[in-house]
Amino acid sequence: MLNFSRWAVFAILLPLAIGALCAIPTFLPESTVAQLPRFMQTRVNLGLDLAGGSHLLLEASTQDVAKQRLTNMEEQVRTELRRGDPKIAIGDISSRDGKLSFMVRDPSQVDAAVERIRPLTQGAGLTGQRDFNVEVVNSSSIVITPTDAGIGNAVKSAMEVATEVIRKRIDEMGTREPTIQQQGSNRIVVQVPGLQDPKALKDLLGQTAKLEFKLVDTTANPAEVAQGRAPVGSEVLPYPGNPSGSPVIAVKRQVMVSGEDLTDATQGYDQNNQAIVNIRFNGSGGRKFGQVTSQNVNRPFAIILDGKVLSAPNINEPILGGSAQVSGNFTVESANQLAIALRSGKLPVALTVVEERTVGPGLGADSIRAGLIASIIAVVAVAVFMFVSYGRFGIYANIAVTINVLVILGVMGILGATLTLPGIAGFVLTIGTAVDANVLIYERIREERRRGRNIVASIEHGYKEASRTIFEANVTHAIAGGIMLALGSGPVKGFAIVLLIGIATSVFTAVTFTRLLVARWVRTHRPTEINI
Amino acid sequence: MKLLKLVPDNTNIGFVAMRKWAFALTALLTVLAVGATLHKGLNMGVDFVGGLMIEAKFPQTVETDRVRTTIARLNVGESSLQQFGDPKTVQIRLPLPEQGGAGASNAVVEKTRKAMEAEFPGVTFSRYDTVSGKVSGELVQTGVLAVMLAVIGIAIFSWFRYEWQFGISTFVAIMHDVLMTLGFFAVTQLEFDLNIVAAVLTIVGYSINDKMVIDDRIRENMRKYRKMDKKALIDLSVNETLPRTVMTSMTILLALGALLLFGGHVLRGFTAAMMLGVVVGTYSSIYVSSSLLISLGLTPAAAEKKAAKKSFVGDAERVGPRDDGAKP
Repeated sequence: MLNFSRWAVFAILLPLAIGALCAIPTFLPESTVAQLPRFMQTRVNLGLDLAGGSHLLLEASTQDVAKQRLTNMEEQVRTELRRGDPKIAIGDISSRDGKLSFMVRDPSQVDAAVERIRPLTQGAGLTGQRDFNVEVVNSSSIVITPTDAGIGNAVKSAMEVATEVIRKRIDEMGTREPTIQQQGSNRIVVQVPGLQDPKALKDLLGQTAKLEFKLVDTTANPAEVAQGRAPVGSEVLPYPGNPSGSPVIAVKRQVMVSGEDLTDATQGYDQNNQAIVNIRFNGSGGRKFGQVTSQNVNRPFAIILDGKVLSAPNINEPILGGSAQVSGNFTVESANQLAIALRSGKLPVALTVVEERTVGPGLGADSIRAGLIASIIAVVAVAVFMFVSYGRFGIYANIAVTINVLVILGVMGILGATLTLPGIAGFVLTIGTAVDANVLIYERIREERRRGRNIVASIEHGYKEASRTIFEANVTHAIAGGIMLALGSGPVKGFAIVLLIGIATSVFTAVTFTRLLVARWVRTHRPTEINI
Repeated sequence: MKLLKLVPDNTNIGFVAMRKWAFALTALLTVLAVGATLHKGLNMGVDFVGGLMIEAKFPQTVETDRVRTTIARLNVGESSLQQFGDPKTVQIRLPLPEQGGAGASNAVVEKTRKAMEAEFPGVTFSRYDTVSGKVSGELVQTGVLAVMLAVIGIAIFSWFRYEWQFGISTFVAIMHDVLMTLGFFAVTQLEFDLNIVAAVLTIVGYSINDKMVIDDRIRENMRKYRKMDKKALIDLSVNETLPRTVMTSMTILLALGALLLFGGHVLRGFTAAMMLGVVVGTYSSIYVSSSLLISLGLTPAAAEKKAAKKSFVGDAERVGPRDDGAKP
């Protein structure tokens, strides 16, 4: 048992050496690490609570997605039946309780209508599941109900697009190493380290950035508009900056040009040195814009962002060059933000911040310093205590703990795990518990010596008997750690990762590695008495 | 060099004889802890109740009353203030605006920041968290679930690994540890947040570690001394493992003590919970779980059967001729 073959020694030392080596880059400055070969760049990432930064959890409303889809469906049905050939007249179209229903004027056309709608309800996937169910009720009404699978697919694709849009927006802000991840079915986690102004980020992500240009309905009666009523074909929209004082305005429903036709958006200034956003349309968007503005010279058009009117300037002359200005009481910052939002496209669904955690860089640095000091003091205190309690064996345990700390950092680096503040606590706790295995072994050796066993037999027994106990005790400890990792979020997870890695490495270093050290000493010195 | 021995050789404390008293004390403390938790309640952080938490760092010591009046003028809802760590840091908690989503909570933070900067030049907002009611509800759920699953999972493990008596005694002892920790937080009114759930889970992990070591020794001794009286046997096992229990508790308390004193204010509640847990866990290993085994009627026969099945190899080696061989 105290004999280790050359291979065994190699097998014990090699992983420890690799693990410890992988910890080195963590202590080097970033610039030095960048020059190392790729496989050596195994740094432990610092969590936001240590590096400073913002963690945002954004949530999309599934109901919104479902509602939007129904609105789209209504539009599609109208186009398909009213404008298709042969024309099918419909009426009483309404979407209520998440269903779309309408009446076919001529009952003999009901079957034909269903046939025409069918292709619209087909899912895009290969599963053959329908996105909508179509039913005929009372022989002349058709009810279209979205299926769960259809809503699920729609939410899924909306979230994919949203994640992409968010990525573009954050990249445009020029922050480094953001993490953007979908969580669950309708949430997105955004983590941006070292961010100075999380407010700007939240404002940016909170914008859907759906831009539309519509003509102002000048025929509408202002009194009725104020009460929220608009003429047929128009709608009343909020207009917070209305110079006339009324917070609402009536605009035509028909969209002249929308944000989808944009190719670029930049922040600029108008002749009065007011911040504006310059936008550029693609070919077809430019043509449409030119056409509508030519026909409506001297009438106002509304610039609408996310359902709110930003401004309603007059069309002084046809705008033909394919570019336009968006004005509306901007500051330089807010104009820049809108430009970024427009460039990165509109979010398919509105997102709300349901959780935010922001840590200032100063506090993060304080925490690291405090954690480091605490770790060093903990290591020294435990080391001294082990030495006065077990002498030479205590030193072996201390060497094992030191290597253990390095290996944990190395493993974290290899796994790309993140070190958080509770992670540091996990670290300190691991230092405390790592010696537990050695304590178990050494106490066992003491016992065996008291019972009169000789030195070698005591050591052998100590290691063998204690190993089983160590295993049992650590399996249960790992159960707790595993549950934390599986269920925990943020800080709990960071703690669990360190704990689990620590359990695995400390068992190995405490049991196997110290046995190697003890065995070498016993073989070379053949002690007649051990001081333990 | 004379080595330090915290527990003298051949210590023999009659733990089992004290168990009636210990049970009474444990029961009393548990009732007090549960009572305090129900009566005073826990000082839940924004993680669990939702809301807005701002940590403000002032250049010098401030009176919380002045901060309170500054915020009261803003009309952003009822604030609750707490000096946090040092007298220069104040934690401000505000309710989340009911409507308006991200923009609204932004506005509250901005409003508070501006007012505070005007009133206290040089103040910095070192941290702020906002958690919506929906998310906080989920965090409570997963937190409770995590602790329950951990306790049950560990109890099941020790039931399968040993006997059902061990499973139950372990379960009871861990529940005791968890309740004590809750009681501690109710009495001290330290903030109870997600980090504390991690601390509680760690306590569970540590406490079980301790119990496994003693349980393992009990089982081993049951095989070794088949005729021994159960009470004496448990006393023997607890005493034999006592040096280890004390040593390990000491090293962990040393490490946690360093963290408590030097680890920064953010981790203070977390560390305090774990230190308490180590003490409570050690107590419950000795007085609750081990003593409970007797009341549950642990029989050597049951242990024997299971042990024979599981560690046959170990037994064979134990009685082998290696005992006296001085093979290097």
